Amino acid sequence: MMSRSYLPHWMHLLGSPPVFYRFAGTLRPWLFWSALLLAAIGLYGGLVLAPADYQQGDAYRIIFIHVPCAWMSLFAYGCMAVAALVAMVWRVKLAEVIAMECAPVGAAFTLVTLITGSLWGKPMWGAWWTWDARLTSELVLLFLYLGVIGLDHAIEDRRRGARAASLLALVGVVNLPIVHYSVVWWNTLHQGSTVQLLGPSKIAPGMLWPLLTMALATHLYFFASVLNRTRVGLLAVEGGKEWARSIVAENAHA
Amino acid sequence: MNAPNAGAACRALLRREFTLAWRRRGEMLLPLLYAVIVATLFPFALGPDNALLARISGGVLLVTVLLAMLPSLESMFRGDLEDGSLEQLLLSPQPLPLLALVRILAHWSTTALPLVVATPLLALLLRLPSNVLPVLLVALLLATPLLALLGATLSALTAGARRSAILLSLMLLPLAVPVVIFAAGAVAAAQAGLPFLAPLSWLAAALVLALALAPFACAAALRIAIEA
Amino acid sequence: MSTDAARNDAALLCVRALAFARNDEPVFGPLDFTLERGETLLVEGDNGSGKTTLLRVLTGTLAASAGEIRIAGHPATHDAFAGHMVFLGHQPGMKNDLSPCENLACLAGLFGTRDGADIDSALREVDLALYADTPLRLLSAGQKKRAALARLALLPGELWLLDEPYANLDRHGIGLVNALVAAHAARGGATLLTSHGAVRFADPHARHVRLALAA
Repeated sequence: MMSRSYLPHWMHLLGSPPVFYRFAGTLRPWLFWSALLLAAIGLYGGLVLAPADYQQGDAYRIIFIHVPCAWMSLFAYGCMAVAALVAMVWRVKLAEVIAMECAPVGAAFTLVTLITGSLWGKPMWGAWWTWDARLTSELVLLFLYLGVIGLDHAIEDRRRGARAASLLALVGVVNLPIVHYSVVWWNTLHQGSTVQLLGPSKIAPGMLWPLLTMALATHLYFFASVLNRTRVGLLAVEGGKEWARSIVAENAHA
Repeated sequence: MNAPNAGAACRALLRREFTLAWRRRGEMLLPLLYAVIVATLFPFALGPDNALLARISGGVLLVTVLLAMLPSLESMFRGDLEDGSLEQLLLSPQPLPLLALVRILAHWSTTALPLVVATPLLALLLRLPSNVLPVLLVALLLATPLLALLGATLSALTAGARRSAILLSLMLLPLAVPVVIFAAGAVAAAQAGLPFLAPLSWLAAALVLALALAPFACAAALRIAIEA
Repeated sequence: MSTDAARNDAALLCVRALAFARNDEPVFGPLDFTLERGETLLVEGDNGSGKTTLLRVLTGTLAASAGEIRIAGHPATHDAFAGHMVFLGHQPGMKNDLSPCENLACLAGLFGTRDGADIDSALREVDLALYADTPLRLLSAGQKKRAALARLALLPGELWLLDEPYANLDRHGIGLVNALVAAHAARGGATLLTSHGAVRFADPHARHVRLALAA
């Protein structure tokens, strides 16, 4: 395709499925093990070392899972949207696969956010579910993810499905801020944001470092997971090609 | 050669859509019937408590109209895809977003507009306070074209997909949330005697945004759908 | 105008190394051919050989995997197609609940009309004047096909892409298609039509291309 030449050379090279397959295979164990290590450190710091909250006691400790997952639910959407844009504009096969593999991981993070939020809500609000602005936005985000996944799977042709779902993901980018604004307008019952990455933080440093460690761990886990899923997705999409067949044959013998 | 201009093309397409709708006018009644059924079921489920009905009727009517719009949206482009008319639209020397916009407006005026017109009757059944009715109607006149624009884009995406009825609802829900919130917010504010212009203005702003963006997204979705 | 002169010199359709693959399985190609004004090109191939896919790539509804399409000297984009192309596919591209007259009116609104042609004359040309106001769903398969063919006598496009135009037609109808195509060639238009080979195209001047099946 003519328009592909606008991409820088290294992107062009990495966009080739066999190259990306090998690259992802090398990177994956590093990302996965460092994510696990950081998660262990972060959880130890958060669940054992960090001081108890003067108001919420130990119940607040769920934020060490809840907050990083909430960040990731949006971060994953951002990654999906960027990949979707590349897929729509340049029709890069790899970007289509990456966009579609971001969706289930992002949906999982969103689900964990909702579950931990509701667990946290039980002692805080006395109910498993409250229509508070953030939880409601997360719920809408989950539906957005499910729509993308559903559309991708409902269309027979894989590539056409991926591009249709990519377009939906991009529509969602316009929609998300509007949803968030409208939901906040609808219900302004929630404690304000307590963690600001840039600028003075309102929470104790003993609580902050485990939180940031967990955030790093979830990011690494996200990348490891997406790379892993993309490898499998590439094998499925490129099933007819020589490189994919030889890899499948190798694994069958091993 | 009589060169085609965009105005003539839009008129031709509008005429086709309205003639088709008239030929199938029985189908136009189905959403209305659906809305009447839902509005009748609510009092049976909640009991004939006039005060309770009056309090919730605004929201109930909004959701009823939204749900009644869904089935016709779902099959909006399926016929065009199956009989090859969509290909002709794509090949015509007209901008596809413009044709998509015309299609959506025609669809709105043949399916959603009758619902809005029938709303006063449904409001009567559900005992909506009469001073709230004008606000509800304005909210619906802004919300239904907005939903038609969003729904048509999603419908174009699912035109070549299996199991698309539930899928369309799933995809439309996140997009419908702000629409429902602002429309119901305006109605609730009017009912409480509070100023209701702000949510209506937000609805109008969203409608303008959708009018500008949705035809392009819809055209892109149609180009993907036709590859099937 | 000079640009129009340049357009008139170039071949109406020029295809270089055009190939299409679905899920990395080659469907056809690479193909090279040109279609000059006044020419008729018959693409032959068995069922499933990729004729319909070729036409869909040429109309731009499917993106080619490789190669180049030039229409009247310009790289194929929507603007290059605009008004140049008339496409007749397996589906009639018409609404079953509307009459031939109403269907053609919509197409005429979208594409414009050729000089000296109107809906009545187009319907007369395909012997459908009697059924001008009958909804398509009440017509026979052959009559529907002729309603679809009526656009060839009405729309201004110079490049005709006809997918199996003989399907569902009797001897008389086949003669009708041949007459339309011959008249189009005489006007300086070009036609590319597909056939699975059961029906012979009458014009001895038409070029034949057997579509090479992908290896």
